[in-house]
Amino acid sequence: MTSTTSPPTAGRRSDGPPSRPAPALRRSGRVRDRGASRVFRWAATGAGALILVVLAAVAVFLVLRAWPALTTPAAELTEKITWLRGADSLAAFVGPLVFGTVLAAALALLIATPIALGIALFISHYAPRRLASGLGYLVDLLAAIPSVVYGLWGALVLAPLVQPVWAWLNRYLGWIPLFGGDVSPTARVILTVGLVLAVMLLPIITAVSREVFLQTPRLHEEAALALGATRWEMIRTAVLPFARSGIISAAMLGLGRALGETMAVLMILSPGFLYSFKLLVAGQQQTIAANIAAQFPEANPLGVSALIATGLALFVITLLVNMAARAIVARRKDFSGAN
Amino acid sequence: MTAATAPVAPAGDADLRRVLSAVDKGRRRRDRLMTGLVVGAFVVAMLPLVSVTWTVLAHGIERFDAYFLTHSMRGVFGGMDAGGIYHAIVGTVEITLFATLISVPIGLLTAIYLVEYGRGALARSVTFFVDVMTGIPSIVAGLFAYALFAVILGPGVRMGIVGSVALSVLMIPVVVRSCEEMLRLVPNELREAALALGVPRWLTIVKVVLRTAVAGIGTGVMIAIARVIGETAPLLVTVGVIDSINFNLFEGRMMTLPVYVYRQYQQGLVPCAPDAVDCVATINYDRAWAAALTLILIVMLLNLVARLITRFFAPKNLG
Repeated sequence: MTSTTSPPTAGRRSDGPPSRPAPALRRSGRVRDRGASRVFRWAATGAGALILVVLAAVAVFLVLRAWPALTTPAAELTEKITWLRGADSLAAFVGPLVFGTVLAAALALLIATPIALGIALFISHYAPRRLASGLGYLVDLLAAIPSVVYGLWGALVLAPLVQPVWAWLNRYLGWIPLFGGDVSPTARVILTVGLVLAVMLLPIITAVSREVFLQTPRLHEEAALALGATRWEMIRTAVLPFARSGIISAAMLGLGRALGETMAVLMILSPGFLYSFKLLVAGQQQTIAANIAAQFPEANPLGVSALIATGLALFVITLLVNMAARAIVARRKDFSGAN
Repeated sequence: MTAATAPVAPAGDADLRRVLSAVDKGRRRRDRLMTGLVVGAFVVAMLPLVSVTWTVLAHGIERFDAYFLTHSMRGVFGGMDAGGIYHAIVGTVEITLFATLISVPIGLLTAIYLVEYGRGALARSVTFFVDVMTGIPSIVAGLFAYALFAVILGPGVRMGIVGSVALSVLMIPVVVRSCEEMLRLVPNELREAALALGVPRWLTIVKVVLRTAVAGIGTGVMIAIARVIGETAPLLVTVGVIDSINFNLFEGRMMTLPVYVYRQYQQGLVPCAPDAVDCVATINYDRAWAAALTLILIVMLLNLVARLITRFFAPKNLG
């Protein structure tokens, strides 16, 4: 940034007083900061380091508070915490929660990814240039709506709306295990949750993949068109291969968000603690985040500790997913040649 | 790719054009199908947006009035046709402002570090972990703040400042990202000109770089606030719920708007006696919708202010 190349001839002349220390300092090649500048630099560096400290502190304090639950023998734990529901250890209790969390997130991702890719393609390659940014802004508005409002909407508006659809699925496709069982009359089931989560994921996945689509080298696109490709063939042969890793990381970022989403699940799902793939039956699954929010206000100290332990599990899972996604993005940046 | 097997002797211009532009039917059909799907995806995405906006407006507007905005829930019970969100607004504003007070200095300084000083392993890992930090689930941030204060002040602490700390964990990475982007837009020539005039490094940053980027930073902060002001789960865990007004961040529970929405929803329908006059069965849902409308209005307002800041304060000749 500040390549201070000192003028080459100035220091060589011997007409100045030889005892002056300035030329020696100049020759070292870099401006050394003193006083306020140094303080400022240390403050800025300190703030940067603080970010790392905060992230470490999150892990440390969670472990610290989860420790009592992790070390208490299982028998005592189930005796003191009423909602452990006969699980014979903390791991046996966390298991179904992790399963429910992953199932809800996977459903959301399955619904959201194709639609988000469609939107991103629409904005980057189909919509008229002048409208594109405005339409992009509309999609971003979806991200501006707070999750509690999505929960309210999902529970009071969407659930009654989709109930007949779920009943229909159950009647005609009930032979598929996913749709089997007694369909819930209130539609407070994991498939509804997945639908609402999918809406919340749309803006994230769209934003990332749109960026990647726009980075496709123009020459590749034009070459494909010049060879006689239709628009879709151009996208399939030039845009999608270029964007593949970007799409993967966009989906993983969405996954990270879906795993940690609390309110929509808490307000819509009727919870249960089973390893169950029945998407249309109430009282089967529960997610980690929603379970924490539901139990936390009334939990005793050991119960709080157990909940924090499940939170720790959630933290580790999302951290891994996010780090993988970011690593893919970062590697891609190095190779893409854009920027 | 088998489209244009050019004819040996083109009969005429029109003929040539017809042959060249003739794509076989299957490919064209597929192209049209995909166009339809892509446009359809966009339309499908707009449905929930329209539906959410419409239902919140339609249900919320009924109760959204001066009374609702200026009264708390103290002494309101059952199906009483009363109660408002004043206490929740107070809580939300105070907690969010304090979170901003924590996050903006840290976020801004970190962004300055990354843009002006950052080199080597520390800068790389800060960039990476800021990105990772954006993905921390909000409830985990709440648990962290709870655990932090539980270690310091003993378990069971519920007060506004704990919520502020939780929100700032979520807010810092957003502030860093947007400020960093804005600082990178400042042309290097400005920095070099200032340094060449003998201005110290820190004054260059404060008076030249920050001054140039101030509009963008303002926008970034507004968007960060808009993002965290709707967070519910961390506040539910750290701040709790209360029915009366509490101005003190450092003592006692506070109500916040998102938590208010959740709480009202959770209380559900009120069983009313059939001959009761002063009893509204759906009162809790009505209040929840009206509070949701307030929340959305606040978020939209913040986004609007952010856009206006960019429009009116942006330097005209920014590279």
